[in-house]
Amino acid sequence: MTDAKPGGRAAGKTATGHIDRRACVKALLDSQGDDVLIIAGLAGAKGDVIAAVGDAPRVFAFGGAMGAAASMGLGLALAQPDKRVLVITGDGELLMNVGTLATIAIANPANLGVVCVDNEHYGETGFQRSHTGLGTDLAAMAQGAGIGAVRTVREMAELDEAGDMLRQSNGAAFVLLKVAVDDPPKVRIHWDAAYHKNRFRQALLGQP
Amino acid sequence: MSTEWPEEIYGLLREADIDQFAYVPDAGHDHLIKRSIADPDVHSIALTTEEEGVGLLAGAHLGGGRGVLLMQSSGVGNCINLLSLTRAGRFPFLTIISMRGDFGEGNPWQIPMGQSTQPVLEACDVTCLKIEDAGDVAATMTAAITMAFNNEMPVAVLLGQKLLGAKKF
Repeated sequence: MTDAKPGGRAAGKTATGHIDRRACVKALLDSQGDDVLIIAGLAGAKGDVIAAVGDAPRVFAFGGAMGAAASMGLGLALAQPDKRVLVITGDGELLMNVGTLATIAIANPANLGVVCVDNEHYGETGFQRSHTGLGTDLAAMAQGAGIGAVRTVREMAELDEAGDMLRQSNGAAFVLLKVAVDDPPKVRIHWDAAYHKNRFRQALLGQP
Repeated sequence: MSTEWPEEIYGLLREADIDQFAYVPDAGHDHLIKRSIADPDVHSIALTTEEEGVGLLAGAHLGGGRGVLLMQSSGVGNCINLLSLTRAGRFPFLTIISMRGDFGEGNPWQIPMGQSTQPVLEACDVTCLKIEDAGDVAATMTAAITMAFNNEMPVAVLLGQKLLGAKKF
């Protein structure tokens, strides 16, 4: 059973999704293989990624600069056409620069997937409700932006198909994970972004 | 507007292995944008807002590539918070900015951002190199490319309206 009980700072909050974010992101990342390069957006998404794959060199995780994860994933995907790149980001961060979906759609790299962990709340700032809890559908926006491969996942059983789409799409792909609103334990990594950048490049390119 | 010095800039960028050209459409960068679209060896990336270019260029560097952000001075204001990625991660960042609200500007809406472009960039630790004369283009662009990529630092080349000519109203 992977349903999450709202807890911690999220106590009493409700969302339309019911699947557990940590279990969901872990299952999806496990299905993609350990050579996929990952950009993790700030706050909850970063926690989900680090909890799933550890503080690994193939992960670049944000601690700020909200709104930049998706565009950074695009630059990385274009620079590394033979590697697959996944951006894991939250609904709040994606809403901040939602136009990036259009930028990604027209560039349309087949090796880029964007996964939005949508708990319908701004968890980092105290679980205020986000637009996605009030009717905004980021999957519809991704589709409207022109991204051809789009899936919404509401049940764990739907993850396999979404994972297949991420691996096999011949253009950019987008997955919306409708997760429960929960406040899982914080996952802390060192804040130094230059260290993480150099470690990422060393592992990928053989030099910092 | 001359296409000679813009072509010189394009050549210098390509010689430096820059292959991601990010831009928001702009008259001042018309030649560079068209060249990047026509060049099969580069990625020409149309952005919806300039700040996407900050993320894009950091991602390019993470993957061993090089990019440049072409924008108008008004776009600088859109980039400010995301420049914290550049600074915190010590990413190289090269932008070429076509100035408005500068020498001879006739549209008062362009003055606020144009006049604050350089101070705002410098407040964010972006080194600014301004070009007013076509004869300085090659030396300044070469300096900017070296500084940005060798030192992994943010550098902005400002193309002033003395160089570009002020838009006629």
